[in-house]
Amino acid sequence: MRVSRREFLKLGGAATSAALFPCPTFAQGAAPRVVVVGGGFAGASCARALRQADPRIAVTLVEANATFTACPFSNAVIGGLRELSAQQFTYERVAADGIAVARGTATAVDAQARSVTLADGTRLPYDRLVLAPGIDIRWGALPGYDEAAAALMPHAWRAGEQTLLLRRQLEAMPDGGLVVISAPANPFRCPPGPYERASLIAHYLKTKKPKSKLIVLDAKDAFSKQRLFQAAWAELYPGLLEWVPLSKGGNVTSVDAATGTLVTDFGRHKAAVANVIPPQKAGRIAEAAGVADRSGWCPIDPVTFESKLQAGIHVIGDAAIAGAMPKSAFAANSQAKTCAAAVVRLLAGGAPSAPKLINTCYSLVAPDYGISVAGVYQPSGGQLADVPGSGGVSPTDAPRASRAAEAVLAEAWFRTITGELFG
Amino acid sequence: MRRTLAAAIGLVSIAAAAAASAEPPAGAAACSGCHPASTRVTSPVPRLAGLDQAAIVRAMQDFRSGTRAATVMDRIAKGFTEAEVQAIAAWYATQR
Repeated sequence: MRVSRREFLKLGGAATSAALFPCPTFAQGAAPRVVVVGGGFAGASCARALRQADPRIAVTLVEANATFTACPFSNAVIGGLRELSAQQFTYERVAADGIAVARGTATAVDAQARSVTLADGTRLPYDRLVLAPGIDIRWGALPGYDEAAAALMPHAWRAGEQTLLLRRQLEAMPDGGLVVISAPANPFRCPPGPYERASLIAHYLKTKKPKSKLIVLDAKDAFSKQRLFQAAWAELYPGLLEWVPLSKGGNVTSVDAATGTLVTDFGRHKAAVANVIPPQKAGRIAEAAGVADRSGWCPIDPVTFESKLQAGIHVIGDAAIAGAMPKSAFAANSQAKTCAAAVVRLLAGGAPSAPKLINTCYSLVAPDYGISVAGVYQPSGGQLADVPGSGGVSPTDAPRASRAAEAVLAEAWFRTITGELFG
Repeated sequence: MRRTLAAAIGLVSIAAAAAASAEPPAGAAACSGCHPASTRVTSPVPRLAGLDQAAIVRAMQDFRSGTRAATVMDRIAKGFTEAEVQAIAAWYATQR
């Protein structure tokens, strides 16, 4: 038998198409439909990665807000170092990729019929659904802390008006006032976030209101980048910033917003400004879709990010239980791209291959003092685990030049990742 | 006949390589969290697209061994095998 080059190419071409697209979705001739709920670091990244990987996929991004307000660097807004507008992005370029941006709130998911319902009644059918709903506050978990209390004691854990409220309260506080931050037990969004915030508020107080004091009441005895933060606090903010761990009475058991009081097992703290970072859970739609477990977060397959509770629904970002990966914007973006690749393979009837993911997370202790944690992750034992021997935090003995370099890299990271999402 | 078959086999491997390069290998997509994919972003962190494969491999080896100064890349490089680095570097070399 002799196969001419031309015939071979024809045969090869047919074989390649069949191998790539044997699934019903493509075979029926209809464009596969993927709905992504949530336009943050996870959702917007995933929507764009899907379109980029295969422009034939009809991608709809469901997002309630016209403007995205980023949490990373919002502590610098609170500390008066940055304006909120630098945190804000629109979805114009996302839409220009050919992604249908549906303004609205997803309120229900029918996993059997494979459709999402929005608050206005719109029904969006899907072949695969990606949920990237971020976090919701667990209202009522901390006695006395409800939505009305948050108007007096801001959480500022979803960036926007709450961020500005906390900043205004700090600006209005007389010199000599007591600022109290309450940090929750694990897991929660952005593990080093409360300590970066404490640092940048301390920087503000040191610069503008040096007679003031800042207490961090913590429901934990250990936290992310702890040694680095504590060494920097001793150097930069001695006598100004006090961290009270769980074992020393740091656990806040209730609050009284009207009087600005935070109650612990060991006593009461009356704050001039109180920032309560409350217990959290996966964004509301996760529970409605049946992908959240009793912990309030979403168990996922570490290769595809498909829910362990509902077939056809993937969960990425802060809402997911991602093993060793922290709930950070970098992790959300890394997960989004992994999930998008898996969804493309699954829609084509293929089997996703084992991924490798990265996290890098910078914190500012002062405007020119940055520290970082990095990690590399792979599926292991049904979870995402650290690759042995990799990752870790900035060296404890690094010179100030290296802290300054990490502060510069932190801002560069923010420009790069928001450029990938919204630029 | 033998030559035609050999040519056909050659084509198969070229086709396989082309198909493999289209999709980023494990770990490659995560790099753009810091290394800009877009030319519109200014950053002290270099773009990887279009860089020489050997140069990327060398940099990763040096970050891993500690012979090249780093902030986070020393910690990240240790998470990748030689084969993974080769695949990531080969893929970035073909990107624009």
